[in-house]
Amino acid sequence: MCTVVPISLTVGANRIVPTVAIPYPLGNPQKTPAEEKELRRALVRRALRALETEVHGQVVFDK
Amino acid sequence: MSTEKFKVVHYLNQFYGGIGGEDKADYQPEERLGHVGPGQALQAALGERGEVVATVICGDSYFNENVETALSAILAMIAKHNPDIVVTGPAFNAGRYGVACGAVAKAVAENLKVPVVSGMYLENPGVEMYRKYAYIVETSNSAADMRKAMPKMAKLVIDLAAGLEVSPATHGYLLQGLRKNYFHSESGAKRAVSMLVSKMSGQPFTTEYPMPHFDRVAPNMPIADVRQAKIALVTSGGIVPKGNPDHIESSSASKYGKYDIAGITDLTVETFATAHGGYDPVYANQDADRVLPVDVLSEMAAQGEIGSLHRYFYTTVGNGTAVAKAVTFAKKIAQELLDDGVNAVILTST
Repeated sequence: MCTVVPISLTVGANRIVPTVAIPYPLGNPQKTPAEEKELRRALVRRALRALETEVHGQVVFDK
Repeated sequence: MSTEKFKVVHYLNQFYGGIGGEDKADYQPEERLGHVGPGQALQAALGERGEVVATVICGDSYFNENVETALSAILAMIAKHNPDIVVTGPAFNAGRYGVACGAVAKAVAENLKVPVVSGMYLENPGVEMYRKYAYIVETSNSAADMRKAMPKMAKLVIDLAAGLEVSPATHGYLLQGLRKNYFHSESGAKRAVSMLVSKMSGQPFTTEYPMPHFDRVAPNMPIADVRQAKIALVTSGGIVPKGNPDHIESSSASKYGKYDIAGITDLTVETFATAHGGYDPVYANQDADRVLPVDVLSEMAAQGEIGSLHRYFYTTVGNGTAVAKAVTFAKKIAQELLDDGVNAVILTST
């Protein structure tokens, strides 16, 4: 899970989930704490789905 | 023998030294006068200019299991002949042999102050460990390449002995990671713009700063069901218990931390913070879950959405951290995760 996807692609990560921002990849201080946690939950769920997905090369899970 | 000939000592393992195969890998260092095995091709390429005066042979297992003893014996055998150049290998992709060739190169370079020429396949671990100490000619990964490798190594030996300028581009050796300052006739700005112009017009150009070599790993098989899986968190975002008890550096980290989060359901401003010096730490310090999602994963574990959250997380600071360092961290962390029965890892980076 990372914000700068081109770096993850360069270093060879295979399952990549794009995140929010460099200092808060899994959050957003502009949101309320409840909204922020919901956002984080959605991103982590996407990562879990990526872990359950068969890939044959680098894949960016952008939705 | 003409006194003008330069002197070469050659280092070989038990196999190339004609002692035997894996069953002789515990062979102790031994010295022979003149050339042995691949040294014949080396001598042929050197012709009248130089002479392989001696060959030192040591078993790969003996070397790697008795590094200090082996090295001091080998170094003494080499030093006795007062060589102008030392040649080790080539080792191609043989790991223990490559490490031995590199370690001998290092000892020679540091103690005898004479140049060392070797030959290895790019992925031989000896390259990464010892590239600074030897001119390592890039070979293929098989001994079938001896025919091409030895003349390249010999050319380097001849030019080094003659005191000529050598470079990776002209002599085909692997970059040593050494920086040499010199004055260029054009400024950096002008060179950068001409490179850009070449690139935009589809002309060839050569970068002055190549990217490090990143390896590629085949994707792992997916996990069948996250509801049965033990999931671990690993981060390069520098999240640590508040106070950074292991003093992980804010940049160029030399270590990683492993911290117990059993029973922790939320990272708070009082308990966790970031040690990372490469991004604004305000948001991570307010709520480290923004980098390391312990809160949602522990909730998911409690509700059965994942099997469990591993009780330890691993963390380092990915800020100017050397790739080689990161690789050593990763090897240790991955092994521990496997030993602990972890099925999948979520890696977060900032």
